[in-house]
Amino acid sequence: MAVTVNNLTKYYGSTQAINDITFSVDTGEILGFLGPNGAGKTTTMKIITCFIPPNNGIVEIDGYNIFEHSLEVRRKIGYLPEHNPLYPEMNVVEYLEFSARLHNISRNSINPRLKTMIEVCGLGDVRHKDIGELSKGYRQRVGLAQAMIHDPDVLILDEPTSGLDPNQIMEIRNLIKTIGMAKTVILSTHILSEVQATCSRVIIINKGEIIADSTTDKLREEFRGSEIITLLLKGDNRDPINELIPIIKKLNMVESVEFCGTENNAHKFIITSPKGSDIRENLFQFVVNNSLILLEMHRSVVSLEEVFHTLTSTGEKFKESDYSKYMPSN
Amino acid sequence: MDFNKILIIFQKELKAYFNSTIAYVIIVVFLAIVGWFYVNNIFLIDIATMRPMFDSVIPLTFIFIIPAITMRQFAEEQKSGTIEILLTKPLSDWEIVLGKFLSSLALVAIMILPTVLYYISLALISDLDNGPILGGYLGLLLMASAFISLGLFASTLTSNQIVAFIIGMILILFLYLLDKVLIYFPGWAVTTIEYFGVDYHYSNLSRGVIDTRNLIYFFSLTGFMLYISVTSLEKRKW
Repeated sequence: MAVTVNNLTKYYGSTQAINDITFSVDTGEILGFLGPNGAGKTTTMKIITCFIPPNNGIVEIDGYNIFEHSLEVRRKIGYLPEHNPLYPEMNVVEYLEFSARLHNISRNSINPRLKTMIEVCGLGDVRHKDIGELSKGYRQRVGLAQAMIHDPDVLILDEPTSGLDPNQIMEIRNLIKTIGMAKTVILSTHILSEVQATCSRVIIINKGEIIADSTTDKLREEFRGSEIITLLLKGDNRDPINELIPIIKKLNMVESVEFCGTENNAHKFIITSPKGSDIRENLFQFVVNNSLILLEMHRSVVSLEEVFHTLTSTGEKFKESDYSKYMPSN
Repeated sequence: MDFNKILIIFQKELKAYFNSTIAYVIIVVFLAIVGWFYVNNIFLIDIATMRPMFDSVIPLTFIFIIPAITMRQFAEEQKSGTIEILLTKPLSDWEIVLGKFLSSLALVAIMILPTVLYYISLALISDLDNGPILGGYLGLLLMASAFISLGLFASTLTSNQIVAFIIGMILILFLYLLDKVLIYFPGWAVTTIEYFGVDYHYSNLSRGVIDTRNLIYFFSLTGFMLYISVTSLEKRKW
């Protein structure tokens, strides 16, 4: 089920929260909404879920728009708001039943549905506890269960893993991934590894504007400058600077070699080569030919952190055509 | 309007009243006040009558009890953020407001139900005029509806329950006192202003006179305030 967001603009008083945001998501996509705090992620989600209207622009879900078919739109969406608000005085089953009934789930299918959600979200042990007594991790699961109780076509999750411990984060991410195969998922986060781990596509938003919209792999790929390889060699008595470096430099495509010191008789080099080249084989041959011992060879990958940092700190709009502008200058 | 949705909200709110201590505290306070005056009348003044209870005791108690009942309805949801859950579910603002309104009204009804015991005990020892008592209960429920709608509106304005309570009480007090301060208004305005006062219409009902003008007053006041509450909920859309 496609979610189409067109030219959304929203002002809070005179401050502009989001400016002319346009994107669309299809079934099977898990879209990561990434941005620094206050970038407009939550505002966009609140508009999609019909909580607040935009000043300009429109959102359509499968042809239903948020103004004229608000109820249909809300029926199709499962929403986990920021901070995961819950009713502390209700117990888990009561709350899920309440949500299910509001979504018009018929009386006979409520119980099987509750059972499934309790199982999927791992709430079995706490099902009869008051929500107010639950730990943060369990509350988050209750929030997710609530969002998915009616098997919605579109899931909108505002920071779904905030406050969870690493194990729980893993579980929730796997859960989202499984669900995401058959549904449309939009999740916001400011944790980059989350996007890397769960999302197939990422939109980076800063100061209310979309500055990047691409797949995570592509984004990383395009942002990679030169290839950088770290090499740790155990040598004989040859001097690394005067004897080894010249040999490495003569290898095909090597741009520069930097010597980073010797520790326990192991020399560390950082070798750069042009973007897109792969000199690992050559390096291995060099090691073998010179009867050295290879302890470590590591190819650094540009992390999404760096991409994110480059994009959000320059504050400029990013187009597919001018990736080169943001390339690291080394 | 889906009656089923209203029912879901109604059940949730009524449960919330009784799952927390609010309902019990309110019922106990109410019965203590009303009971004290009831006992006073019989044993000290030696009259078997329910008039003071209907005329002043219960209405005066309503002035602070009802805002205490309604204050949490929206203020709490706005404070905890659950209003976002509620408003992004497939149900209309009217269904939410009506569900909450009916739950408060139900709590008031449950609260005044035990006073029927006073009636029964009095009826056993004396000859009571039943008309004013039936009219009185009807009047109480109608007045409670109007006060609840005012309190609900106050609750939509803020995320602070104390503020909601105070605003609610001021609104109720204003409408209740209106026909008690008529003396300060110029003669030509008196009848109009008197018509807006709650007590003017209530006293007719509690005398046992069920006049459509009074019914229309309560229905329209309640309806209008509920409409204003829905509008106030929609203020997020402005």
